[in-house]
Amino acid sequence: MRIRIEKRLSPSRLVSWLMPLVSLLLALALGAVLLQAVHVDPLRTYRAMFMGAFGSRYNLSETLVKAIPLMLCALGVSVAFRMRFWNIGAEGQLAMGGIAAAGVALFLPRQAPAMSGWMLLSLSALAGFAAGAAWGLIPAVLKAYLRVNEIITTLMLNYIAILLVEYLFYGPWKDPKGYGFPGTAEFTPAAWLPRLPGTRVHLGLLFSVLAALFIWTVLTHTKWGYEIRVIGENPRAAAYAGMNLARNMILIMLLSGGLAGLAGMAEVTGIAHRLTKGLTVGYGFTAIIVAWLALLDPWIILLVAFLLAGLLVGGDQIQITMGLPASVALILQGAVLFFMLGGQVFKQYHIASSWRRDKVVERHEAHSNQEAGR
Amino acid sequence: MTANTPAVRMTGIIKRFPGVLANDQVDLTVYPGEIHALLGENGAGKSTLMSILFGIYRPDEGEIEVHGRRVRLNSPRDAIQHGIGMVHQHFMLIDVQTVAENVTLGLNESRFLLNLAQTKRRIVELAQRYGMQVDPDARIWQLSVGEQQRVEILKMLYRGADVLILDEPTAVLTPQESRDLFITLRRMAAEGHAVIFITHKLDEVMAISDRITVLRSGRVVSTVRTCDTNKEELARMMVGRPILFHVDKPPVQQGEVVLTVQGLQAANDKRLPALQGVSFAIRQGEILGIAGVAGNGQRELAEVITGLRHASRGCVRIRGREVTNATPWRIIKQRVSHIPEDRLGVGLVPNLPVSDNIILKDYHEPKFSRGPFLDRPSIRRFVDQLIRLFEIATPNPETPVKLLSGGNLQRTILARETASVPDLLVAVHPTRGLDVGATESVHKLLLEQRSKRAAILLISEDLHELLALSDRIAVLYEGEIMGVLPAQNADVEKLGLMMAGALREAVPSGCQEGIARDAHPN
Amino acid sequence: MNPELIVSLLAVTIRAGTSLLYTTIGEIYTERSGVINLGLEGMLLMGAVTAFAAAFHSKSVWIGVAVAIAVGGLLGLLHAFLTVTLRSNQTVTGLALTIFASGLASFLGQRLGPQGQPLVGQIGPRFERLALPVLSGLPLMGRALFQQDVLVYASYLLVPAAWFFLYKTRPGLYLRAVGENPRTADAMGLPVTRTRYLYTILGGMLVGLGGAHLSLAYTPGWTENLSGGRGWIAVAMVIFATWDPVRAWLGAILFGGINAVQLRMQAAGTNIPSAFLHMLPFVFTIVILVVITWWEAFSKRVGSPAALGTAYSREEKD
Repeated sequence: MRIRIEKRLSPSRLVSWLMPLVSLLLALALGAVLLQAVHVDPLRTYRAMFMGAFGSRYNLSETLVKAIPLMLCALGVSVAFRMRFWNIGAEGQLAMGGIAAAGVALFLPRQAPAMSGWMLLSLSALAGFAAGAAWGLIPAVLKAYLRVNEIITTLMLNYIAILLVEYLFYGPWKDPKGYGFPGTAEFTPAAWLPRLPGTRVHLGLLFSVLAALFIWTVLTHTKWGYEIRVIGENPRAAAYAGMNLARNMILIMLLSGGLAGLAGMAEVTGIAHRLTKGLTVGYGFTAIIVAWLALLDPWIILLVAFLLAGLLVGGDQIQITMGLPASVALILQGAVLFFMLGGQVFKQYHIASSWRRDKVVERHEAHSNQEAGR
Repeated sequence: MTANTPAVRMTGIIKRFPGVLANDQVDLTVYPGEIHALLGENGAGKSTLMSILFGIYRPDEGEIEVHGRRVRLNSPRDAIQHGIGMVHQHFMLIDVQTVAENVTLGLNESRFLLNLAQTKRRIVELAQRYGMQVDPDARIWQLSVGEQQRVEILKMLYRGADVLILDEPTAVLTPQESRDLFITLRRMAAEGHAVIFITHKLDEVMAISDRITVLRSGRVVSTVRTCDTNKEELARMMVGRPILFHVDKPPVQQGEVVLTVQGLQAANDKRLPALQGVSFAIRQGEILGIAGVAGNGQRELAEVITGLRHASRGCVRIRGREVTNATPWRIIKQRVSHIPEDRLGVGLVPNLPVSDNIILKDYHEPKFSRGPFLDRPSIRRFVDQLIRLFEIATPNPETPVKLLSGGNLQRTILARETASVPDLLVAVHPTRGLDVGATESVHKLLLEQRSKRAAILLISEDLHELLALSDRIAVLYEGEIMGVLPAQNADVEKLGLMMAGALREAVPSGCQEGIARDAHPN
Repeated sequence: MNPELIVSLLAVTIRAGTSLLYTTIGEIYTERSGVINLGLEGMLLMGAVTAFAAAFHSKSVWIGVAVAIAVGGLLGLLHAFLTVTLRSNQTVTGLALTIFASGLASFLGQRLGPQGQPLVGQIGPRFERLALPVLSGLPLMGRALFQQDVLVYASYLLVPAAWFFLYKTRPGLYLRAVGENPRTADAMGLPVTRTRYLYTILGGMLVGLGGAHLSLAYTPGWTENLSGGRGWIAVAMVIFATWDPVRAWLGAILFGGINAVQLRMQAAGTNIPSAFLHMLPFVFTIVILVVITWWEAFSKRVGSPAALGTAYSREEKD
């Protein structure tokens, strides 16, 4: 008797809801096993992580700080994924946004010293968005008109952007008074994104919420959102209905790259106040996980980004409080995703054994034959 | 041909699929050295029967004997082991690999090292024996379709097949290639192989076969010797006596010409010519039926007219306005509706709700939108109305459309495409796979549109349906219109012959009048 | 140009490119079966850290190598299970694998040193350079090519072996068929699922070996982010190599060369920013990809295994 995995005729709703929970539990269990193996108490660790992420005002605010770029990038990525455009380039788009925003913040004040902070920041945000959008435009055009695989192009552009950042803050934009510390000069305070007093939580949080609202509105209430959904779900039907696939691909990637670019701007003007190494630490990649776990829903993305950021911050905290490496958080993150991915299969498929095989196979063949009228 | 043990004997084969009896007590006997044609329209059960013989399906009842021995064929491997080989319409070849590599795939000729010298020798030997030209080192993508087919045949012969099944082999061949194929088949028969070929083309059947079995609606009509019959008789057997649907077809005053198609030429997905100079015109209030077996250019015709396929030559005009190779968007704007062949693959978005599918082409209309936003309440009202009007059975409008039955899928598409009476309605196989009730409602709907003065292009494989609904019927064969007849009291035998490529008539004057009158641009 | 310079550049080039070569060839095999594995960067790190840790504690480089190969194979198995049997999205799964494996490697690196201390900064056994008799005496090339460590020599043998296996053996033919057209392969009786599993695991093993070279020969030792993006570059290299092992060697040389030149230039103090040199492989890859995609539209000659990235099921028509 052979076991096979076969497609369900309709997906299971029960599983859709149960699955994230089960995945989380299984991931925690795996983590617990690993921790036991190195003689660390898992429960103590998890508790310390939780407190480290959410247990105090300071910790909570640090979690939010990490969540902001995740939110913006994930929102951008989710919009592209909806159209089945695999944008792996959020990291690079973020970097380009950071560069553009930093450029404005560093050089505009010299030209127009009297410019107000709001004006400066608005231009910086615009520049960040535009740079990210432009970086996203390249793979979009390549795919729309030349059918070039976007996974590779976006991935490659990541590295080019990251290297460009390095070149700039090690090279022409290096802080003359930096004493060898790699980075640009600090921006003038006018170009600092306002923060919540007493914390490092910056206006980027507002950007995220507004972006989520924007995306949600577009997807559920506008004509464009409807087009995006149709193209993502069935491109052939979209073409049949007269929709312009190439134009939509480009618009989507402008938005997707732009949001990641905005994340870069927020990081650079809200946290570091300069362009440094700390910009490209992998937010763009983690954001893909966030978007996928959140099933591409903008509001769930905000929640998942927050939780995942909590995981990362908690992970940082236990380094201090328990002497454990931050990588514990990364392992858990990966594990959750694995179990989620693995679990997703049960929504679409069920396990069948061979004595049912004939019936199922013929039923499917008949179903498809019937549709084709053979 | 001697009365010795049959190479293959199928008795009492019954095969059921949900909703359809594909094979009903079918008997088939094929002798060694014989070329046996399996003739019938689409849906007659020919492919199903051969799929059973090749082990792809298992019969619900009945027996199969190969060279006198009862066998059970559970997979194509079993079939091959018993000496049965099949060449499908869609070749199973790896384009980037060579002929020899394709032939040897799956065989255990050498354990580890790939030594194709012997394989290549054997291939060349076999090819020569049957009069085929083949270069074992050529890559498949370099070969013409005819040559690729030869590789498929060789693959089977290489594995020792002595019964060879060919499924519509000339569908993809040029006339010259078909002639070469026939030479090969004759050689094979002379060597004692049994050849079964599935076809709908009467000319070929008369030219190459020794005996013919005609299937209709899953049953064997008759098995005859080719020398004992003729095309007319075969056509009659294929098509049967037309069962008239009791359809109320009121006479409708036809108006001006809506669609003009002239000299259309287009290629199919394999870059072979699919349309080779098609011309016709359709007026308001008229249904023009396109008859013909699937694969003769129908799909391409619909796609060219609706802007989904490029026409290399010719023109398409709607109300005098040139729309050849226009974007689907522009054509939709000309009030052209399209009921596609592939419901879930092209006509609908399976994961989206019924309501979203209904507004697939109208969502940008001012009545459904305010600026960039969708006016959900008015959309909802519209959708509710249509669901009631067209009797679409769905738990609620937000149900994903893929959960609906075939009939309701079609109703959804029809609702969308006919709610605003279009000027031109292109309907491709609209009742395929539907039960009697759903079919009836589709017919009713089409006639309603006709009464409302829409021009309708109805493409169907069901001749009875065409006879019942159309005002005129054109027959499409190998990309050309073989003739156009008025549907009333049409000579069914004539239609059958045209469908099988055996008769060609000049395009009657009615069509030309239309074109001439249409001459002034609008 | 100073011949000494050329020799030393060449030597560094080869050394720098070896782990990339192993990884690329491993991924070529995986992708040839129709599976894309974006988890390479993480797997490379895992291979490196486990190799070093195992060698450190057992005092044997060979045990280190064995462990790295096993670990790479296991991670390949995980990827295969998720993408082939459970049919999860190959792209996202690969990314998850990288994040997970990178994190795990970092974690292990912190804990697998002596008495649970970090491995960073520890000195462990390493593959010494071995000058091959006679061959290393050859002018110019001799010193560059034949004064390397054993794993480099193994890579010299791997390239022709990988090429031979792929094009001149029956299993190689079947592998190619499965990646091109699983439906046809299945119809001809080839085991598609088993093939995908096998070569994803095999690919993983080669990646593990690449990681072992990094920590047991090239660097040697262990630090965070030891692989420096090689895993990602390998994904691009596979395309650059058009899924052919011999061209992969070319790509590895190119990468290694850029690396070597950049190191040399930095040491000598140069005008051209190293960042731009580093960008070259990536820009190059995009250009190659565009050209290849465009060419494929006209001829069916060169290109990715046609079924790359798609799940396969006999009963479904997807």
